[in-house]
Amino acid sequence: MSLSPLTRVAAATPDGIARKIRGLSDRTIAWIFVAPTIFLLLAVNIFPLIWTIRLSFTNFRVNRPNNAVEWVGLENYRRILSDPTVWQTMQATAHFLIWTITLQVLIGFALAFLINKKFRGNDMWTTIIVFPMMLSPAVVGNFWTFLYQPQIGLFNYVVEFLTGADPASFSMIGDVNLAPWAIIIADTWMWTPFVMLICLAGLRSIPDSIYEAAECDRASAWRQFWTITLPMALPFLMLAVLFRGIENFKMFDLVVQLTGGGPGNTTTLTSIDLKREAFEKWRTGYSSAYAVMLFVTVFGLASIYVKALNKVKER
Amino acid sequence: MKMNLMMTAAAGALLVGGLSSAAQAEDLTLCWAAWDPANALIELSKDFEKQSGNTMHFEFVPWPNFADRMLNELNSGGKLCDLLIGDSQWIGGAAENGQYLKLNDFFDANGIKMADFIPATVTGYAEWPKGTPNYYALPAFGDVVGWTYRKDWFDRPEIQAEFKTKYGRDLGVPATLEELRDIAQFFQGRDIDGKTVYGAAIYTERGSEGITMGVTNALYNYGFQYENPAKPYDLEGFVNSDGAVAGLEFYKSLYDTATPPGSSNWYMGEDIDAYKSGQVALQMNFAFVWPGVESDPNVGGGKSGYFANPAGPAGQFAQLGGQGISVVANSDHQQAALDYIKWFAQPSVQTQWWKLGGYSALNAVVNDPGFASSQPYAQTFLDSMAIVKDFWAEPAYADLLLAMQERMHNYVVAGQGTAKEALDGVVQDWTKIFTDEGKL
Repeated sequence: MSLSPLTRVAAATPDGIARKIRGLSDRTIAWIFVAPTIFLLLAVNIFPLIWTIRLSFTNFRVNRPNNAVEWVGLENYRRILSDPTVWQTMQATAHFLIWTITLQVLIGFALAFLINKKFRGNDMWTTIIVFPMMLSPAVVGNFWTFLYQPQIGLFNYVVEFLTGADPASFSMIGDVNLAPWAIIIADTWMWTPFVMLICLAGLRSIPDSIYEAAECDRASAWRQFWTITLPMALPFLMLAVLFRGIENFKMFDLVVQLTGGGPGNTTTLTSIDLKREAFEKWRTGYSSAYAVMLFVTVFGLASIYVKALNKVKER
Repeated sequence: MKMNLMMTAAAGALLVGGLSSAAQAEDLTLCWAAWDPANALIELSKDFEKQSGNTMHFEFVPWPNFADRMLNELNSGGKLCDLLIGDSQWIGGAAENGQYLKLNDFFDANGIKMADFIPATVTGYAEWPKGTPNYYALPAFGDVVGWTYRKDWFDRPEIQAEFKTKYGRDLGVPATLEELRDIAQFFQGRDIDGKTVYGAAIYTERGSEGITMGVTNALYNYGFQYENPAKPYDLEGFVNSDGAVAGLEFYKSLYDTATPPGSSNWYMGEDIDAYKSGQVALQMNFAFVWPGVESDPNVGGGKSGYFANPAGPAGQFAQLGGQGISVVANSDHQQAALDYIKWFAQPSVQTQWWKLGGYSALNAVVNDPGFASSQPYAQTFLDSMAIVKDFWAEPAYADLLLAMQERMHNYVVAGQGTAKEALDGVVQDWTKIFTDEGKL
């Protein structure tokens, strides 16, 4: 007679341990299993968060271990809110967020719509389209730096081909007006496939029977799109916007590789500014306050958005 | 039997000797930037390993991340590095925060004299506070910003003739910054061997220290001073003097009219790439790149020439680079690390260091009669080291540097505001930093 795995484990458990476990309730055993995870969460998430909040009320600088740490109350928060550089980086981040999300959703949804049609080579095209998001952001940053090179860059030559402009006459990452668009284009190239995949999942979840019923009712393709496809894919689209919004609010690596935050401060996003404050200027207390403010902003906006998303799903 | 006893005794003595030397042998880690001189140091250190029995390990970090990585290590009390060849500007912070070992007693005990080294390197790399005999490093690698030019292009008769017609003088090594700009503009967009080339590759990098290390070469020579020489931390009228404004305007005009398109975020690596690939006639860069230029198949072997940063209306100065070697106070192998410095300071080792491509700062090496002719760039190195100035080395140097980076990049590359506004902004930022530091 073969024993079940559970019986085998019970048989293999040493008597001493078995006696101890036998007296435990299911709830206690559940806690024993969950405890390591909770401990890890507390150690790597909750404790640093509380510590950061505490530091945000001090003048602590990690590179000055001999200096006395003083409680400064809300001074760090006041300085951040009255710092024009912070507002400038907020504007740059908002510009980056709005345009990347808009472009990625429009292009991603269009690609998903096309890929969802059954045609020859469908799988191959899906793989090719998804390729950019498999790369490291640092690699993509370097790659696009070459593409944007006025003398050898493919991007400038494509612009020349389309418009006749001299490729050496403009620099995507060196011009104040073009640099914000340079980072938007690179990010859109990299992350549109991610939005496409989410939209594709949404489109494939729509039952064919609904379209068949619509065709029986002689609904046009346009009407089917507006009344079936878009409303049913909307929760997925909103989810993509949420993911990309949170990710791009934290955008760092790609932009640092491409522009280093320049020219001037044109592409200095909040995460780049925060890193400079924390790990280049070593203003630990100030940067902790900065991080707390960004966390509250993202958390607040994401909470409002998730509520809206749930309402759409309930419809 | 007697023979056996003797052999046993000899074997025992060998064993004891071996054990004793094994007990003394230590693993030492030396941290530095990942660049050509670091490879030369690995070669050089093999001799130390052989002599001491210690094993050397090396932690080299690429320049853009070097300061972040190493300052993180020092601030977190890490034990990764026993020896650190750190940037000259770190000395103030590392000394005041007890991160580097003070070396005065060690130097005295071992007969190492700072008078034996190039004075500018002692002040720049070893002393804190500046101008006082308190030493936290041994000058390890002398470096300075200078210029490389395409001698083979300059020598072409048709180019020389055209230049003379246009500027009324011979095309050659520029004596002033104005002349340098003329030459760079002359080459800008020129067709050479069927390829469009540009004037000069200069420092414009935004993220770390690039544009500051570049723009200061113009600022110093037009009259910029870090502070009132008679009153420390008094900045107004020195940082933003009329001369400093003219110097900054000069650098912007050089960037706008004589650099390759797209060179808005260039530092050492990009400049050397542009030069070696034949894109530019002139290159601003630290002297450490010169051995690499000389050995390059495209631009080396006599095709390139070298010159010190040309003079401006207020004098001739150049931005100091280079580093000193320090013992990390947190190291568990301090004695072995000190032994390394003692070995490194020897004239014979310093001579070998120069031969391998490291720029020795020892007077005995650079004042040797054969030094100036030992390499095509050796005389330029000597000329440049005689005119150096360095950025602040205060504990708050990072804040001071980042403020400068932002103001300079905003004006020179992004074209925002005027030179006067940019320098007034620097005064404002630095005054605030010094006030926060309790220096004002």
